[in-house]
Amino acid sequence: MSEFVQLWVYLSSTPLFGLTATLVVYLLAQALYVRAGQAAWANPVLWSVVALAAGLTATGTAYPTYFSGAQFIHFLLGPAVVALAWPLWQRRAALRAHGGRFVIAALVGGAAAAVSAVALAWALGLPTEVMLSLAPKSVTAPVAMGVADKIGGVPALAAVFAVLTGMVGALGGTYLFDVLGVKRDTAGWMARGFALGTAAHGIGAARALQVHPDAGAWAALALGLQVLLAALLIPLVAGWF
Amino acid sequence: MNALRGLTWLLVLQSLGEALARGLRLPLPGPVIGMVLLLLALGWAPVRDSVAAVADFLLGHLSLLFVPVGVGVMVHLDVLGGYGLRLAVVIVVSTAVGLAVTALVLRALLPAADATAPTPSGDAP
Repeated sequence: MSEFVQLWVYLSSTPLFGLTATLVVYLLAQALYVRAGQAAWANPVLWSVVALAAGLTATGTAYPTYFSGAQFIHFLLGPAVVALAWPLWQRRAALRAHGGRFVIAALVGGAAAAVSAVALAWALGLPTEVMLSLAPKSVTAPVAMGVADKIGGVPALAAVFAVLTGMVGALGGTYLFDVLGVKRDTAGWMARGFALGTAAHGIGAARALQVHPDAGAWAALALGLQVLLAALLIPLVAGWF
Repeated sequence: MNALRGLTWLLVLQSLGEALARGLRLPLPGPVIGMVLLLLALGWAPVRDSVAAVADFLLGHLSLLFVPVGVGVMVHLDVLGGYGLRLAVVIVVSTAVGLAVTALVLRALLPAADATAPTPSGDAP
């Protein structure tokens, strides 16, 4: 028994543990998601996070210990943001044809998400740093952290809000679009995917990709556009206040 | 080999982006500048072929990359707990507003005929 404890002490203190646990739990959650017919409630990010957080709490493992291994996965968010140029480039013809329309939709939609978040937070009396951390929540986590840092928010909180936003979008998007009467045809997939990428960033885009390949492609395009627009405009607008 | 070359391109461009962001005090995060640089570089076939292999893999598993930072929610449970209900209202409502506004604006802007050609142009996989 004490040998087992020693083994656990060793394993849980090396980066190997956090990295392996993340991949194993995510693959299990992914398998569950597929078995559930890719239902929105079975979102693999949500259940991976819940399972890992519960596991860490149950074993008394500190988050930094876990992160020392998981950071190797976290690190890939940077190159993934760079890689977003690829779906943008693949759809350059559509971008040229509809570029202005995409930019307007991304601007209006992104602004609606950010302004409604900040206005609601203000109306509900949340502290300023929480309010500012909510502003970039529609942008993918690594960029949201950078933006929050620039405008006086808390980067760690911004990342948490971004992840929660992505999950809410991935969980509720399909139902919302059905209620709004957005069709499941070519133009409908474009609107659904683009909206998920704009308002629910990478987690929304991942969901869109699983629902329909066209929706996924438009979501990736929206994600790239939103990253660019939000990183430029949110600090600029925040500077006026 | 191509994937390795692609990953190297992504990291080189991200590093260049970080250097430019810091050196010129640009208001954009380094990876975002890297994305713009890659967009320009994709016109060049050697970059395109190697990046395609790794970009599809990375973006196809994008949701995995959010798990480590998502687990970080557990560290901030005190803030989330203290303002839990209000934060939940803010996040759920503003996400719904963002999704609805984007989808409806784009649908209204797209001419019905043009929206029937969504396939990516050129060398899509």
